[in-house]
Amino acid sequence: MSAGTPKSLPSSGQKSIQDISHPLSAEESVLTPSPDVGNTTSSLGEKQYSFPLTTSLQAPACMAFIHSYQDLSLPNGTPAGTSSPGSSSSLLNRLQLDDDLDGETHDLFVSVDDPKKHVSTMETYITYRVTTKTSRTEFDLPEYSLRRRYQDFDWLRNKLEESQPTHLIPPLPEKFVMKGVVDRFSEEFVETRRKALDKFLKRVADHPVLSFNENFNVFLTAKDLNSYKKQGLTLLTKMGESVKYVTGGYKLRARPLEFAAMGDYLDIFTQKLGTIDRIAQRIIKEESEYLVELREYSPVYSSWAGCEGELQKPLEGVSSCVSSSSSALEELTEDMSEDFLPVLREYVLYIESMKNVLKKRDQVQAEYEAKLEAVVLRKDEKSGVPADVEKCQDRVECFNADLKADWDRWQNNKRQDFRQLLTGMADRNIQYYEKCLAAWESIIPLLQEKPDIKSETD
Amino acid sequence: MADSGGPEAAQLSSNDPKGELGDVIPEEARSLLRKMEISVAEAEKRTGKNAVNMLETYTVYLIETRRVDSSAENQNFSPDSLWRRYSEFELLRNYLLVTYPFVIVPPLPEKRAEFVWHKLSADNMDPDFVERRRIGLENFLLRVASHPILSNDKIFYDFLTEENGWKEEVMETGFQPKLFILADSRLKALNATFRVKNPDKRFTELKHYSDELQSVTSQLLRVRARVADRLYGVYKVHGNYGRVFSEWSAIEREMGDGLQSAGHHMDAYAASIDDILEEEENYADQLKEYLFYAEALKAVCRKHELLQYELETAAQDLMSKKQQREELASGTVRTFSLKGMTSKLFGQETPEQREAKMRVLEEQIQEGEELLQEKKTECDEYVRNAWSDMERFTVQKDRDLREAMISYAVMQISMCKKGIQVWTNAKECFSKM
Repeated sequence: MSAGTPKSLPSSGQKSIQDISHPLSAEESVLTPSPDVGNTTSSLGEKQYSFPLTTSLQAPACMAFIHSYQDLSLPNGTPAGTSSPGSSSSLLNRLQLDDDLDGETHDLFVSVDDPKKHVSTMETYITYRVTTKTSRTEFDLPEYSLRRRYQDFDWLRNKLEESQPTHLIPPLPEKFVMKGVVDRFSEEFVETRRKALDKFLKRVADHPVLSFNENFNVFLTAKDLNSYKKQGLTLLTKMGESVKYVTGGYKLRARPLEFAAMGDYLDIFTQKLGTIDRIAQRIIKEESEYLVELREYSPVYSSWAGCEGELQKPLEGVSSCVSSSSSALEELTEDMSEDFLPVLREYVLYIESMKNVLKKRDQVQAEYEAKLEAVVLRKDEKSGVPADVEKCQDRVECFNADLKADWDRWQNNKRQDFRQLLTGMADRNIQYYEKCLAAWESIIPLLQEKPDIKSETD
Repeated sequence: MADSGGPEAAQLSSNDPKGELGDVIPEEARSLLRKMEISVAEAEKRTGKNAVNMLETYTVYLIETRRVDSSAENQNFSPDSLWRRYSEFELLRNYLLVTYPFVIVPPLPEKRAEFVWHKLSADNMDPDFVERRRIGLENFLLRVASHPILSNDKIFYDFLTEENGWKEEVMETGFQPKLFILADSRLKALNATFRVKNPDKRFTELKHYSDELQSVTSQLLRVRARVADRLYGVYKVHGNYGRVFSEWSAIEREMGDGLQSAGHHMDAYAASIDDILEEEENYADQLKEYLFYAEALKAVCRKHELLQYELETAAQDLMSKKQQREELASGTVRTFSLKGMTSKLFGQETPEQREAKMRVLEEQIQEGEELLQEKKTECDEYVRNAWSDMERFTVQKDRDLREAMISYAVMQISMCKKGIQVWTNAKECFSKM
């Protein structure tokens, strides 16, 4: 298997790249900066790129670039370049059906559940059931169900990063846990991890490019993943050039505003997420200490009830209200620890990997600029640009396009994720107060029981 | 059992000068409050020279009184008023303690702030503390004024109405030395040799109860203060969300507005705890009153013990005198005495000597009988009065604490409702992100 020559794809003619819709883009004019990227974009028109992009290129050349990265022979033997999903025609077909990112055809559903502990002589570990339901032809069967462990997810993510370096790959939950600090096999930890793994797979499955990645397919379908992993190593060596390109070490002259803005946004956003994480942790800590005191508070009312006559019932009532509040509070703090904090941390990891992609993009651009400059300085008046420089330019443009599309998608997902996260937090607090309210309201009639006692309700 | 009506009755009568709510206050109350409105209206700082000629700052409280005429004419009498400081209240209370030892005398608000949680000031000059003390002093006066026995005391009446000369008046009653006896009885109670042989079961139970009440209320107050402290922390940390959401919203387009408004709600949430906890201090004060009442209860028990002890001692003395007389009459010496031994060794007494002794003994026995009778009466009367006041107190306590718990529950309900409101608002903002 080798990176074959790019098939000549239907061309849209000699148009400036700015005028051609990028196949991967959801919007008409792909090179308009994303509206989410801060105020700096308002002044950016469609053509504010600081590096020279004067030559008109065929957009489909970008697709050729993509092909050189993907394994062109799929497990089911379909040769590359025909009706493979990676080909631009089918991609275009699919995109023509949908108007926006949210309306993508969902023909691939994945889920992660049912964690189980495996004990062997060598090690103990957890596996998760990965279920796939799909109507895609790239899959032999409509349904799959198999077990995977964290290592496998980690392998998948690495493969995706290698094979799709121009895309934003969703993060995995943290790999290392400090033994002795966190119990790797506790229910809470496993459940938190399961949710994160589920989210990871779903994000990949929803991605128009990543979901067609061969490694992803294998991950979802192969009975024996380990032998495939070993196989994959040989692939790696043949992918030499494509993997190595990021280590150019070239210096970037000027980052396009759009990507600079992305970087700035990510920096500030990471900061804010860190602050929110600290605040949430502090709240949980304060709430836990409050809980400790409440647990001491309730029994005092009980022991007082023990030495009273008429006041016994009311005092017991107050004691039980305080206990109910304690239980409700305990639930709240547990939920926040298990559901809220991990999602925040996941995003911080996500942003880390995104910043790396931005760096790679810079590298690709820098390499192109350096090579272009070298050519310009050479006194050979060759007409046209040498192939390898052209290739670099392709890379830059495709990278930018992929990144932009992924950025928009990411922004959208982020918005949904945080909306869900924060409304979830609000919901839990509401539930906590509702439980306490119910307890205290139920005790009022008990307290007022004696007929000749004046009541003082509002 | 006289239901004195309590401070609520006092409030009612002060809000009800025409006495239309007369049915609510029982006829037998005979309390001062039917004739007079009492309040501690203000507090002020003063500076002056004290007993050792040093400048000190202290607080004075304005006591206002107004005659209440049940014949509907009285609306516009302007109140009489005078200023008193805390130490004068203490004098009054000590006088009452001595003069009516069988009464569970209402306690004063605490001298120094105790059971504070961190935000509250422990400083006696702190305006919040002074304000709560003002309320506590008013409560004290109203309780005394609604007590069937205490309210009729002249010294109390003069405390409310005579600015000058009251101090001298109260000193002249000579109550201060008796105060030492009260204190002494406290020491005696700790003394192992002071033991009552036939304790009154009811009073033993009462003493036991007063110990428990004291212990449990002080425990409750301590834990409640810690709970308040922690709750304060929880609310205040949420305020940080306000700031970070605001900063975050600056880099967002569509999410910005939702975040910003949610941040405002978080700020409101953090701020709401101040009022909540301030209100809860009232509940703490209600508990404190009964913590101090427990001490008053103990004092009544101790006094009874003292009386009982004296009674038993008197009975004992009488019995031994009677025994001596018997021995003298019959010539047999059953009890060992040095005199007896010496007379045995050194010869019998003359009949004249014996007769003289007999006469002395008879006198002593006569006195002893009278003393015993006195003590018995004193004791019985004390038991009667104390028990009556105890019953009154129990009714008052059950009612007051029940109401305190109701208002506590109401406060909790209000806090929960506010919490639901804030988070619902925030949720709405988040959902619009």
